[in-house]
Amino acid sequence: MISASMAIQAQLFITCLSEHFYPGVLEKMTALLERLGVELIFPEEQTCCGQPFYNSGFQNQARDLAEKWLNAFGRSPAPVVSPSGSCVEMVRHQYPRLFKEGTQQHALAQDLSQRTFELTEFLVHQLKIIDVGATFPHTVTYHASCHYLRGLGLRSEAQQLLRAVRGLELAPMQDEEVCCGFGGVFSVIFPEVSQAMMESKVQNILNSGAEAVVACDAGCLMNIGGGLRKAGSAVRAMHIIEILASQG
Amino acid sequence: MSETPTHIEFGEYSRRVPPNIPAAVQQATARFLEHRQARVDEMPQWEDLRQAASDLRLHTLLHLDTYLEKLESRVSAAGGVVHWARDAAEACEIVLEIARAHKVRRAVKVKSMATEEIGLNQALAAAGIQALETDLGEFIIQLAGTGPSHIVAPAVHLTKEEIAALFSEKLGVQAPADPVQLTEIAHAALREKFLEADMGISGGNFLVAETGTLVIVTNEGNGRMCTTLPDLHVAVVGIDKVIPDWESLAVLLKLLARSATGVKISTYTSFISGPRAVEGEGGPREFHLVLLDNGRSRLLQDPLGRETLKCIRCGCCLNVCPVYKNVGGFAYGWFISGPVGAIFSPQILGVEAARQLPFASTLCGACADVCPVKIPIPEILLHLRQRVVEGDEFGGPAVARVVQVGAKTAALAFGTPWLYRLGARLLPWLSAPAQRQGWLAALPPPANRWTKVRPFPAFAARFRQWWKGRHPRKQP
Repeated sequence: MISASMAIQAQLFITCLSEHFYPGVLEKMTALLERLGVELIFPEEQTCCGQPFYNSGFQNQARDLAEKWLNAFGRSPAPVVSPSGSCVEMVRHQYPRLFKEGTQQHALAQDLSQRTFELTEFLVHQLKIIDVGATFPHTVTYHASCHYLRGLGLRSEAQQLLRAVRGLELAPMQDEEVCCGFGGVFSVIFPEVSQAMMESKVQNILNSGAEAVVACDAGCLMNIGGGLRKAGSAVRAMHIIEILASQG
Repeated sequence: MSETPTHIEFGEYSRRVPPNIPAAVQQATARFLEHRQARVDEMPQWEDLRQAASDLRLHTLLHLDTYLEKLESRVSAAGGVVHWARDAAEACEIVLEIARAHKVRRAVKVKSMATEEIGLNQALAAAGIQALETDLGEFIIQLAGTGPSHIVAPAVHLTKEEIAALFSEKLGVQAPADPVQLTEIAHAALREKFLEADMGISGGNFLVAETGTLVIVTNEGNGRMCTTLPDLHVAVVGIDKVIPDWESLAVLLKLLARSATGVKISTYTSFISGPRAVEGEGGPREFHLVLLDNGRSRLLQDPLGRETLKCIRCGCCLNVCPVYKNVGGFAYGWFISGPVGAIFSPQILGVEAARQLPFASTLCGACADVCPVKIPIPEILLHLRQRVVEGDEFGGPAVARVVQVGAKTAALAFGTPWLYRLGARLLPWLSAPAQRQGWLAALPPPANRWTKVRPFPAFAARFRQWWKGRHPRKQP
């Protein structure tokens, strides 16, 4: 499709969770994409895609935020890239549902839904790059975030990128595809069940023997990272971008 | 537990789960899934079958009236009697009337979710009719005095040690904690009962309209014993169980047992088309089919919600659900639990009665991946969440005013860029005193529900300033 040597533009969709809690991930994503020859645009008026409201049943509020998001990113024809499987899933699958067919907003939603990508799928399927020139000589284990895996159907992209990282050893994790228990509002509506699920995930991570667990979604990382810290573990919860941007 | 609930407190029930239940459930469901995966791996046409099943189930629902009428006509032609029950109370009354007319004192039952749904055992007991469960799992929970905690394996929450203790206590026998011996004890207890019973009660897995055939799928012989030994057989079946023809049945039977427990087909599949056709032949003299609506036809109006009725009760969604596997079936407050319970109960009982259930999920989607009839469970959960908070044609909002106001305020803050950006700048400063090494150990309510369980990451927004430093002249 588009080779890395051709100048390609992309709009940065930084997401509310990454903006507030993982600024380093955003900085590394920017640096990585620019190093790979992507010309980045950052629409300043972006805030949140509205998923927390949508998932809580507040679809009217979600629709308002979706409209604003579509206006922010609809101005440029460039594809949109984001470090979050769940936010991309929201735009790709839920946005078209929020607007009545035949309306301008629906058309805009359809348009953006086709050109909004999660970072790993952008690298693998749009830039056609698997080896990003990273070095990370550690053992890591992979947690497959639910919206990333089942929502977007990304079953091998993260693993392909990780296997191309120099020095990296990928250790298998039991129940890699089982939900970590975050679920957005679920974590505060049913905290005990969320805890039980998180603790299972943490135990599986510890059993893998890896030095770090890697995922593609900030929500999972907040949950798992917090759980690892509570367990007194030195295992780091990392976003895949941190590994892909690592040079040793 | 199988009385119609008026208020399902999933949160409270999930906090009171006996500690041994999750482990027992996880052990049993892991086996079911392992076997299921082996079956799926053997079948390259698995996805085609799922799509075919989904299509035929939806087609049937969209023409339910036609197929129900055809079914009635075929069952009647075969000598069966068809009854139409609007709701649980009417269904129980119909069964009681039949029982009274035949002076029934003892009934034997095949496992039936529909009879749990209507609370039939309680209604029979109140009328002085003993109804004995003959499916091993149902026999066990009947002794324990509870409802089922899983669609396919009602006693999945009990270990063999607990079952042995139960048998010892209730049956007055020496019961070792060995599955084979426990089964033998149950069979011995049940053997005479089949012969003594005046009536056999069953549900049905499918109703084939083409020939008026009731299909019952079991792994034990009790299905046949209950429906052929007594002179009277009464089946209670939801109207959503009707399917057009035997070709459809073939598709669904290929999926059902494999999805449920990972066997290619169950040990017994019984096809019952009316009462005995010839005198001297085996089988009951009378066959009654009670078709149960209980809110299903109302559900047909909702283009998304009606997909719930495609369910063939395989239980696979329960087996993959991490929420179900951590709380067990009772937390869902009714006879049906797990992901399908979380969508069925609020739609049948109303969102007021079951308003927490649509939220009893992380929307992980594991259920939708395995459902043999491709019910879009996460989509329906989201749809129901909207009904809970915003109300719909069935009722007004079912959340507290304060939550609504909170959400609207938050949406305003998120949706006003300068306000959002101000918050991004202020929160790191405001929370600085409380943060240690990049974490906040405690947050004020309601966010303390997070920090009770694990620390929260520190607020650290700085990207916009960093971007401006890196690209001083970039414009959106």
